[in-house]
Amino acid sequence: MIRLERRKEPSTFWRVANPFLAVILTMLAGGMMFVALGKDPVTAIRLIFFDPIFSAQFGSYSRPQLLIKSAPLILIAVGLAIGFKANIWNIGAEGQYIMGALFGAGVALAFFPLQGWYIFPLMILAGAFGGFLWAMIPAILKTRFNTNEILVSLLLVYVAERILAAMALGLMRNPDQPGFPGSRDLRRYESAHNAELIAGTGLHWGVVAALVAVIFAYVMMTRHMLGFHVRLAGQAPRAARFAGVAPARLVVICLGIAGALAGLAGMFEVSGPGGQVRIEFAVGYGFTAIIVAFLGRLHPIGIVLAGLLLGLTYIGGELAQMMLGLPSASIQVFQGMLLFFLLALDFQTNYRIRLREEVRR
Amino acid sequence: MTAPLLQIEGVSKAYPGVQANADISFQIGEGQLHALLGENGAGKSTLVKIIYGLVKPDTGRMVLRSEAFAPASPSEARRAGVAMVFQHFSLFDALDVAENVALGMENPPPLRDLAQRIRTVSEEYGLPLDPNRRVGDLSAGERQRVEIVRCLLQDPKLLIMDEPTSVLTPQEVEILFKTLRKLAQEGTSILYISHKLDEIRALCDEATILRGGRKIATCDPREKTARELAELMVGQVLHPPERDARARGDVVLQVDELSLNSNHPFGTSLKGINLKLHAGEILGIAGVAGNGQDELLLMLSGELRAPKRAVTLKGQPIGHLGPGSRRKLGLVAAPEERLGHAAAPDMSLTENALLSGASRKRLTRNGFIDWRGADRFAREIIARFDVRTPGTQVLARALSGGNLQKFVIGREIEMNPDVIIVNQPTWGVDAAAAATIRQALVALAAQGAGVLVISQDLDELLEIADSFAALNEGRLTRVRSAKGLTVEEIGLMMGGAGDMHVAHEASA
Repeated sequence: MIRLERRKEPSTFWRVANPFLAVILTMLAGGMMFVALGKDPVTAIRLIFFDPIFSAQFGSYSRPQLLIKSAPLILIAVGLAIGFKANIWNIGAEGQYIMGALFGAGVALAFFPLQGWYIFPLMILAGAFGGFLWAMIPAILKTRFNTNEILVSLLLVYVAERILAAMALGLMRNPDQPGFPGSRDLRRYESAHNAELIAGTGLHWGVVAALVAVIFAYVMMTRHMLGFHVRLAGQAPRAARFAGVAPARLVVICLGIAGALAGLAGMFEVSGPGGQVRIEFAVGYGFTAIIVAFLGRLHPIGIVLAGLLLGLTYIGGELAQMMLGLPSASIQVFQGMLLFFLLALDFQTNYRIRLREEVRR
Repeated sequence: MTAPLLQIEGVSKAYPGVQANADISFQIGEGQLHALLGENGAGKSTLVKIIYGLVKPDTGRMVLRSEAFAPASPSEARRAGVAMVFQHFSLFDALDVAENVALGMENPPPLRDLAQRIRTVSEEYGLPLDPNRRVGDLSAGERQRVEIVRCLLQDPKLLIMDEPTSVLTPQEVEILFKTLRKLAQEGTSILYISHKLDEIRALCDEATILRGGRKIATCDPREKTARELAELMVGQVLHPPERDARARGDVVLQVDELSLNSNHPFGTSLKGINLKLHAGEILGIAGVAGNGQDELLLMLSGELRAPKRAVTLKGQPIGHLGPGSRRKLGLVAAPEERLGHAAAPDMSLTENALLSGASRKRLTRNGFIDWRGADRFAREIIARFDVRTPGTQVLARALSGGNLQKFVIGREIEMNPDVIIVNQPTWGVDAAAAATIRQALVALAAQGAGVLVISQDLDELLEIADSFAALNEGRLTRVRSAKGLTVEEIGLMMGGAGDMHVAHEASA
């Protein structure tokens, strides 16, 4: 008989090894999926994981893309991870991302065609504020009425998507091109353009913001009382109350930070790589960031690595779509598998599987 | 004595890193009341589990009525005539007494016959039980009766009882002892596990003392003093807490006519609580578990908020403040449940030291944590309270219960509070450590702190408390001096039938 035994202490080895193992298992299972689709698995895996960086043919285009795709993932995931550590489950980062983009773009469009150094900083503030505001809806509903933040934040994503569509078709539509949905292209509006800081690298202000957020989160979680209380509330809620943590305050802080960072990510995207408010502006960074947060072990440094990996799957996925004609959903399946395998493997961080030999307590 | 009922010969059992039992031999006579004594971790539980078929010994053998006895499972042990009443009950709240009894039997008779038998047996042994009542509605003492009756119905030759009195009032203990004596007279042997020495001296014919997995002695407990038994158990000379007569200071903590609903659906609401705690005073609060102890602690620590003026600390209203603010003002608390409430299981001892020590020990600067200071604080606690741990980076949940208890109580005491509230300070702690903790509480009071000890251990309260009150269904009796208080009086206070309680109701 197979028995599960709780480990005395969680295994550090498995905690570090599991993300890597999950990636390998995902490649294997994904390969099988590609076989089932009638594609060569080796080529597909190579296209997704290696060619975006190493291929001479695509590298020059896709290498800068790595930073562009990873930065929003990392920015959002860092904020989510803080909440997850406290057992506050913000699943609606996608909505906060959209609202950040709309607030940021709104500021830009309001100033157009004025030029000025202050426009972009204002957009940054507005973007963070938009995401923060959207996250406060589940936060306040939870603290006042004890609603479930998972449901509320998730459902607000769909509300945000409706607002995005309404904006793209209505209020924010480019008046110079009334026949097309979508706003003015912010890349053509110098004061609002989140341009590459070094040409050809993909390095824009969003990448800088992601780095700052990672450092900020790291310091907060390891050196500051707030980070300690976040961890305490997540691990032992009663001990947290004993220590004097006010649960409601923590909910507001965690959702607020995550919302503001997601909003920032949206604003850097709409003013840079995205360029304009469009109906199809949101491509799921807010959801993928959940995978990034878990794959990165909710640790800021881990999140950087996981963000780069998931960013890679976005680029590689596009490449595989183009070259092999893989359906676009297959890359989402791929990302989902990654989370699935990770969570399954994580079981052995806390438990040991043994074949039964003796009766023990 | 005739041929022994059970002989244990050279039983050993090792777990990774610990020799739980080493070459233990002793025998239990027919109809004998045999005590098994030892501190936590002395190997009592392992030995009992071996006898009850839960654990297989590495070496050694057992003989039951001249036949080799090596049960592979509890049901085999039960068939051979060994029954056990566990410290923690295994009963289903939603089922009635008869159904619960049937679930634990090898071949239960039809429920109606069973109910009749329960009635007969329980009355015969002075443990009246209504087989049709739901277990959820029973008191702890009554639940224990269910467990005992379940064992008795199987007509055991050997009845093992693991710390049976920890949930009982003194009156209930007396009833239980009568039952056990009657059983012994009828020829049933009883293996009685406890660390309450007076009980063992009152009840048992013979005692086997374990220490560090080895048998230290088998003796007649009636010929030894409690002190001698304790020293055999601990292996060192014990010093009861020293107390000087000390002057009472001003009132440091006061609660006025406070009623508060529990935050837990099955909790006990506090009703009209009044108390005054003076500087230098140790106030002991007794009560059977579940009579509002948890709520009282939460209300005093600040986890449950009260009306602002209902609780005052040194004259300052604090009812509305949370635990952090109260701590800063000088009130600290140590809740009963150490793992998950007083300490975070998956955090290191350093982190757990920071958990409540941050403000009073000045372990943060502008919110940034002084990890070195926290580690130093953890090490101070470990050294002063003899916490056995390889280091400060060990997770709280890796510590044994007693060691963690020393750590969390030590943490609060080390903060030099003006008022300290502790619930069950020495629960599950070995005798030497319990003495350390009590001594530290007494020393704290001598320095002028007000100490409020909530405990179910009456001996402990009588040993250290200056004044005394009891909780019963969320009501607190009037506080009275501990001097000259008898166990009987305490029992009545705890049962809510005391004159003080009546007086309290009249005044309320």
